[in-house]
Amino acid sequence: MDGVLIGSVYGLAAMGLTLIWGVMNVVNLTHGAAIVAGMFALYLLTSGIDMPPYAALPLILVGGFLIGVALYWIAVHRMIGRPPLMILLSTFSVNLVVIGLGTAVWGTGLFNVAVALPGVTWRRYTFSGTHILAAVLTAIIAGSLYLFLYHTRLGKAVRAVANNREAAELVGIPTTRVLSLSFGLGVALAGAAGMLIATMFPFTVLSGDAYQLKSFVVTALGGLGNPAGALVGGVALGLVEGFAAQFMPVSWTLVIEFVLFVVVLIIFPRGVFAFKRS
Amino acid sequence: MRKLYLLAAGAMLIATPAFAADDTLTIGMTLSQTGSLNIDSLAQQRGAELWRDEVNDAGGIKVGDKHYKVRFVTYDDQSQGARVQQLYTRLIVQDKAQFLFGPYSSGLCATAAVITEQYGRLMLITGGAEPKTYTLGNKYLVQVLSSADHYLTGAINALKTKSPHAKVAFVYSDDPFSKAVVLAAREQAKAGGLTIVLDEAYAPSTTDFGPIINKIIASSAEALLGGGHYTDGATLARQIYDQKANLKYVSLLVAPDSPEFASLGPAAFGITVPSQWEIQATYKPQFGPTGAEFVKAFEAKFKAPPDYHSATGYAGGALLQHAIEQAGSIDADKVVAALNAMDVTTFFGHFKIATDAAHHGLQIGHEMVLAQWQKKNGQLQREVVWPKAAQTADLLYPLH
Repeated sequence: MDGVLIGSVYGLAAMGLTLIWGVMNVVNLTHGAAIVAGMFALYLLTSGIDMPPYAALPLILVGGFLIGVALYWIAVHRMIGRPPLMILLSTFSVNLVVIGLGTAVWGTGLFNVAVALPGVTWRRYTFSGTHILAAVLTAIIAGSLYLFLYHTRLGKAVRAVANNREAAELVGIPTTRVLSLSFGLGVALAGAAGMLIATMFPFTVLSGDAYQLKSFVVTALGGLGNPAGALVGGVALGLVEGFAAQFMPVSWTLVIEFVLFVVVLIIFPRGVFAFKRS
Repeated sequence: MRKLYLLAAGAMLIATPAFAADDTLTIGMTLSQTGSLNIDSLAQQRGAELWRDEVNDAGGIKVGDKHYKVRFVTYDDQSQGARVQQLYTRLIVQDKAQFLFGPYSSGLCATAAVITEQYGRLMLITGGAEPKTYTLGNKYLVQVLSSADHYLTGAINALKTKSPHAKVAFVYSDDPFSKAVVLAAREQAKAGGLTIVLDEAYAPSTTDFGPIINKIIASSAEALLGGGHYTDGATLARQIYDQKANLKYVSLLVAPDSPEFASLGPAAFGITVPSQWEIQATYKPQFGPTGAEFVKAFEAKFKAPPDYHSATGYAGGALLQHAIEQAGSIDADKVVAALNAMDVTTFFGHFKIATDAAHHGLQIGHEMVLAQWQKKNGQLQREVVWPKAAQTADLLYPLH
């Protein structure tokens, strides 16, 4: 059960990665930095101006979106259409800059945001309140994203660009603006996931790498470019982590995760729930 | 153009002296300024820096009729063994460090020792407790703090007084130090009549301890012994609290000894930590400051209380200084001989090392205490709860 709760947040983080991939064909290596930025935004808002932790979520979503749009114009726009390695290097450079600045300002020590929420006890097991609320908020954000993508004109434009950018351009969709919007959305989702993770676990400036890696596994499970699949993939990963640990030493869970990653790539190279492009 | 190059090369030679002045003693070390060992390494560094500043303010280290000022050369090892290997070579070959302090953590110290032994440089270890490194025939390695075999002895003895047949879960980081601690503690627990119901190692980078805590609950353990270093230990403590693991007794390595541990709030309450030294310790030093003087000077300089890593950092310097003064020389072999012969007490406690070839440098004189986070006047603070002779408060048991 706890695996499902945690896994849904992994899914939220991966949704940001997979959305950018699906729409732009860009592997965004600033993803880990965006997750860490969400963690530190929560820390600063709660410790600096005593903001209640969950009230920070809308601010982080909006701030993440604006930063994402700015990042698109700074580091991604001019690389679109160039060899994929150029975009990898460009986003990786931004990642290094952000993590370097964070290390200079905060060091690599552990930060903790204390969130007091009563949990739910079942027999001898307690499900932490922060885990339950994180899963609920993830479901709300994922639902909102679904409504946006499938029930708004702009969402339709995003899906059109994801399906065929040239065709979308031919019918008058401003594809560059759609790309920047998608990048902004992806970063906002990563930031929100970072914020929710920070309510559950202590974190450091370097925590982003581990979650970025999990996002890649979830993306492969859920299907490249499929946000709904990412959520399912996240829950599946959480379940694997929780379930495998009951039968073997916990240090084996990483091995299991990556064996699964390789197996999925071999059997379903586009992911289990791959987005169907027309 | 060629003249310009020559001029630039000449300027660089003048600006960067290849070695320090004759009346300066260069001590090299790497620090984990970044990476997972950052918090504990910073504390250790501060202790060493306080010692250096006090020595220099007092005129330096006296060797015969000469006084040597102390100069530190440091680099960030990023908490990585590969960096340590490169940087200790650089400290010795390029920076001409005459003496070395070890990096923080057993794994990094073992890596650095390979280099320092090759070059025959004395290295004092102030942050590496694993004993294995001292069984490899090293001649220039000296351990200042208690070795890992003794870390959980006090925690086990204290638990036995409250619950002689307690069910114990060992949950620990998969790193050389934590494994060495648990290897010894496992035998001590069995010999003491405790029942081990779970024995689980986790990756040092673990962030989600949920599956492990579920295992602890399923095992019906009353007591948890283990942890590793700051990042994983603090994360584990927070999740034990969040998931209400119903443990009566928790003793974690290293992390709870840091003042930052109090930032966990209620999750810190009741957690015990085996400690090399606590502020309340009242050893009568044969040289150097008393515990109270050390604490006062540290707080004045860093505006924060010292933890045991800071105390070991300072004690390493004080012991090196004493050994150099006793030897009347800065020759590594003579200083090692002085350290071999030393049987002394500082504010940090007793110092005596094994001198037989099979264990040379291993600390055998120092003793540890067990501290617990308790509330005093509404504030969280550490109290010494074991051994009885050093107790400043009773052990809180059970926690739930």
